[in-house]
Amino acid sequence: MRGFLINRLCQSLVLLLIVSVIGFVVLNLIPGGPLAQFGLDPSMTQDDLNRLKEQLGLNRPLWMQYLDWAWRLVQGDWGHSFRDGASVLDVIGRHLFATLLLMGSSTIIAIAIGTWIGIRGATHRYSVFDYLATVGAMVALSIPTFWFGLVGIYVFSLQLGWLPAGNMYTIGDGSALNYMHHLILPSIVLALVHVAIWSRYMRSATLDVISQEFVKTARAKGLSERRILMKHVVGNALLPMITLAGMQLPSVLTGALVTETVFTWPGMGRLFLDSLGYSDYPVVMGLLMFSAILVVLCNLITDIVVAIIDPRIRLS
Amino acid sequence: MVAKIEAVNAGDAAVSVRGLTVDLPKGMERAHAVENISFDLKRGQILCIIGESGSGKSVTANTIMGLLPKIIRCSSGSIHLDGTAIVDASPQKLRDMRGRVVSMIFQDPLSALNPLMTVGEQITEAMTAHGVGTKASRRSRAIELLTEVGLPDPELMYFQYPFRLSGGQRQRVMIAMALALEPSVLIADEPTTALDVTTQAQILELIRDIQRRKGMSVMFITHDFGVVAEIADSVVVMEKGRIVEQGTAEQVLNSPAHPYTKRLIAAVPRLTGEDRVPQETASKGSILKVEGLSKTYRSGSVLFGGQRVVNAVNDVSFDLAHGRTLGVVGESGSGKSSLGRLLIKLQDSDGGRILFEGHDIAKLSESEFRPLRPRIQMIFQDPFASLNPRSTIGQILTVGPVAHGMSYSQAREEARALLSHVGLDAGAYGRYPHEFSGGQRQRIGIARALMFKPKLLVADEAVSALDVSIQAQILELLDQIQRETGVSMIFITHDLRVASQICDEIAVMQKGRIVEHGPPSQIFLNPQSAYTRELVAAIPGERPRNTRMNAANY
Repeated sequence: MRGFLINRLCQSLVLLLIVSVIGFVVLNLIPGGPLAQFGLDPSMTQDDLNRLKEQLGLNRPLWMQYLDWAWRLVQGDWGHSFRDGASVLDVIGRHLFATLLLMGSSTIIAIAIGTWIGIRGATHRYSVFDYLATVGAMVALSIPTFWFGLVGIYVFSLQLGWLPAGNMYTIGDGSALNYMHHLILPSIVLALVHVAIWSRYMRSATLDVISQEFVKTARAKGLSERRILMKHVVGNALLPMITLAGMQLPSVLTGALVTETVFTWPGMGRLFLDSLGYSDYPVVMGLLMFSAILVVLCNLITDIVVAIIDPRIRLS
Repeated sequence: MVAKIEAVNAGDAAVSVRGLTVDLPKGMERAHAVENISFDLKRGQILCIIGESGSGKSVTANTIMGLLPKIIRCSSGSIHLDGTAIVDASPQKLRDMRGRVVSMIFQDPLSALNPLMTVGEQITEAMTAHGVGTKASRRSRAIELLTEVGLPDPELMYFQYPFRLSGGQRQRVMIAMALALEPSVLIADEPTTALDVTTQAQILELIRDIQRRKGMSVMFITHDFGVVAEIADSVVVMEKGRIVEQGTAEQVLNSPAHPYTKRLIAAVPRLTGEDRVPQETASKGSILKVEGLSKTYRSGSVLFGGQRVVNAVNDVSFDLAHGRTLGVVGESGSGKSSLGRLLIKLQDSDGGRILFEGHDIAKLSESEFRPLRPRIQMIFQDPFASLNPRSTIGQILTVGPVAHGMSYSQAREEARALLSHVGLDAGAYGRYPHEFSGGQRQRIGIARALMFKPKLLVADEAVSALDVSIQAQILELLDQIQRETGVSMIFITHDLRVASQICDEIAVMQKGRIVEHGPPSQIFLNPQSAYTRELVAAIPGERPRNTRMNAANY
């Protein structure tokens, strides 16, 4: 197990290195360059721009810029935003909470409901419930999220007036209840598509397990259907789902672009879009590295969790 | 037959089945899985239900267990289990009886155990489900059971996960689990079919031993008359959902009345102990000479230690003459399949020479070897997995030769000729694999190999997946082909009885080495190595029939 971990960590570092190089190069290939935004300001002269370039070290060769940036990154200095001079890590931190709140709650909803629908669909295969779940999943998957978002806002905010149409909290209120109130609509809208995906996977994973011989053994022992389901079926069916969840986890933390935009939610997805718009290279690179590290970490965690649950992997 | 069964009073029969009919869903090949069957499992006896695949024997067992899938329904008849009628019993009633009154063990002991639960948990669970004992008493009972079925280190075994155990050990765990609540009836559905022959002998011994000790009644489902001869007190023979014959083991084995039973018994490959008459047409000299062939598998990482090295094939040498058949027999893990893969160069060897018609092919690269490929062909074990379901038989047969330069029209001609030669009608050419039975598919597999006019055929467990009667036909076909074409054959099998039917010489493999090599007469009648003796002794139905029958007479 320790050998495995060291091995994986080494691989991960190489991976991060490659991601950072590609990210850095591609970003600098974009026409306009990092200072394009400043050039739009009529009060900036060419001299100002040159001075800025020199101050920010942008006149050096690209490889030197990269090494400098990477070295600082390793030391924990992720640079400063071109927009407001705030440290990149601070900027990410500010938006991380919003994203965690939204994505965390929608993921919990999605997994809970998706797992239930999936298992029930499998145990009551070809029932009315199963058909409805199948059709529902297809509908949820084929309709874009922003449409659900807009319809949700129209119905629940504009017509019924039950829920706020956007933002994370009402300015001047900051109570937990107020946050919750704002959270309901975006998290459900975001969960819809994940429920669809999760329930489909869970259904087929459960069907796979149900047809296994050991389920028949459990029946032959005289166990109740409930215990067979909980102890023998669900545990085995969730194994492949852990890997799936691990792959989804990074996106949970890097945010959902569309939903955050529709609901003016101040999360990471919108931060990335805005930063690109402003050519805020330090923040863009910071976000890129942040999500790359998350992907690597989540995969590692997934493997460890699977190993803990599955003795075949743990002990071999 | 049915009429002959006298009414047995409930006390005598642990299981009593009367006029049972189980329907199959519409659109299946026949309307009933089993039709109007009646038999009794007498207390303290072992009843063998024997039949080929599709005979309804497993359905019968599952009906008694109340484990039929929902789409299959029992439409008439009655089953009394320990005096209780169970056909229309409530699910709760059936659940209460399962594990307590009647237990079941299955064919594949790996998939029959939950991979995520320890052995101990799975055994105690049976007791928990019926509310028996306390946590501590269940545990000590489980360890007692593990000891009883002869597992080493029961205390340790309790905390093991199934994947750590060998096939035989897993089946012992299954038996321990089934015995947890001392049921009066044990149903064993082909419990030794997936096991090696020596392990099979041990498990049969264990089941018989436990049955005697506890006075249990055992219903043993099998397709193997050898197994029947080993353990049965009475026998029920099933064919296509009907019982064609039943009686004591002695009656059915020694004087079968029904033609189907006779055919089935005749089809069982017997140890001949006689050598094959060598072919006169075959030219002298060897076609394949293997010297010091080795293959080592390595797993795990070199960098971080913990590397495992398995010598799958270890210094193997033999010589195969033109037109002869060499049998390679051994248990799982003996390296016999690895040897087969090395010979047709699906895998590269690590050392040694393979002289095919005098040329060393062991060191040839794939592109150098390709022109030789048509001359060495393989017949695979699984006739279902080895044919591409999306290709017609014609495509399957012609694609190889055409790739090797044969014109399409010629390939088609030859394919049609070969199909009729292996006993299929010409219409098979345009059909798809799923339209054929297992035996027919294996014929297609043989035709595919023959399309290349090979000099050497490597058959890896080519008849293992087939019913005995089909098995006999395929063996006959292979024999006929060899006599006609003079092809040499390497016949890899775990079944010594099959090997004795078709091989001129037999090489016995154990842990990658050939431990004995000789003609069938030597291997079966006068084995030289201890391992071969053990293997031959473990063949079901050969050794003990006479002793057992005699014992029964006393």
